[in-house]
Amino acid sequence: MSDISERVKKMVVEHLGANEDEVTEKAHLIDDLGADSLDTVELVMKIEEEFDMEIPEDAAEQIRTVGDAINYIKEKS
Amino acid sequence: MFDLGGKNALVTGATGGLGGAIARKLHARGARVALSGTRAEKLERLAAELGEHCTVTPCNLSDSDAVDSLVKRVSESLGGDIDILVSNAGLTRDRLLMRMRDDDWHMVQKVNLEAYFRLARACLRGMMKSRRGRIVGVTSVVGVTGNPGQANYAASKAGMIGFSKSLAQEVASRGVTVNCVAPGFIASPITDVLNDVQKKTILNKIPAGYLGTGDDVANAVLYLVSDEASYVTGQTLHVNGGMAMI
Repeated sequence: MSDISERVKKMVVEHLGANEDEVTEKAHLIDDLGADSLDTVELVMKIEEEFDMEIPEDAAEQIRTVGDAINYIKEKS
Repeated sequence: MFDLGGKNALVTGATGGLGGAIARKLHARGARVALSGTRAEKLERLAAELGEHCTVTPCNLSDSDAVDSLVKRVSESLGGDIDILVSNAGLTRDRLLMRMRDDDWHMVQKVNLEAYFRLARACLRGMMKSRRGRIVGVTSVVGVTGNPGQANYAASKAGMIGFSKSLAQEVASRGVTVNCVAPGFIASPITDVLNDVQKKTILNKIPAGYLGTGDDVANAVLYLVSDEASYVTGQTLHVNGGMAMI
């Protein structure tokens, strides 16, 4: 399970060019990590591909922090 | 200049004069082109004429599910994501507004405007990933000037322009441009059958003094989908011999 967490954090670091230390589960993608709204869409796209899953729009909109993403994947996989 | 080698393009309405001219132009510049339209036979004939690097993907654009699945079908047939979308398909149901039926309105919005939205949305995924993409909507001069008897058509074409400008702002930072080409009067089977008086009336409105050709429009599309136009987005390029300067 921690594997999911590490993979998601790595994707966030890569996509946003964020500092690894800042990418905690509590970190808010937009407010803390400087993502714009399009970044969040792209991150969801990348998660879908990385974890071979489909995330419906309603659920995607609820993913606001790194932890939200990790929890969603854990629930669905 | 304007080399499209290795790019995948989808052209809708490729059975029509304009769509055919656009498809030929992009293909001649090296793009792999998927031809879409309602008349499969006509598409096959064009594909046979173009030869290699050309596929046929018929689609009824008034069928939402068919439109949503078209991009996937095209990607499979071309062997990769779509780099260039040319939303050219369109129809008219001309009638004075007081006589316009609901269906005249809905059908035109569905095929001209909603299909553009659906196709653009479906293409964006691949374009965002590759950090490049070209979306061109073929609109019309009447979308800007209006035209009696064409309230439904003009609304759909104006809608395409507003849609393109909004999307252009959303995705500009990802290397995707979204523009429109707005033809004026273009020679076609419809204008061929006009009588001399009708032709004269039309030509009087065109400073250039003659009707445009499909090639004139295709050249404008070619420019907008080329690498050379990477800093041009959210624009409407009017191709009309000067009949409306906007």
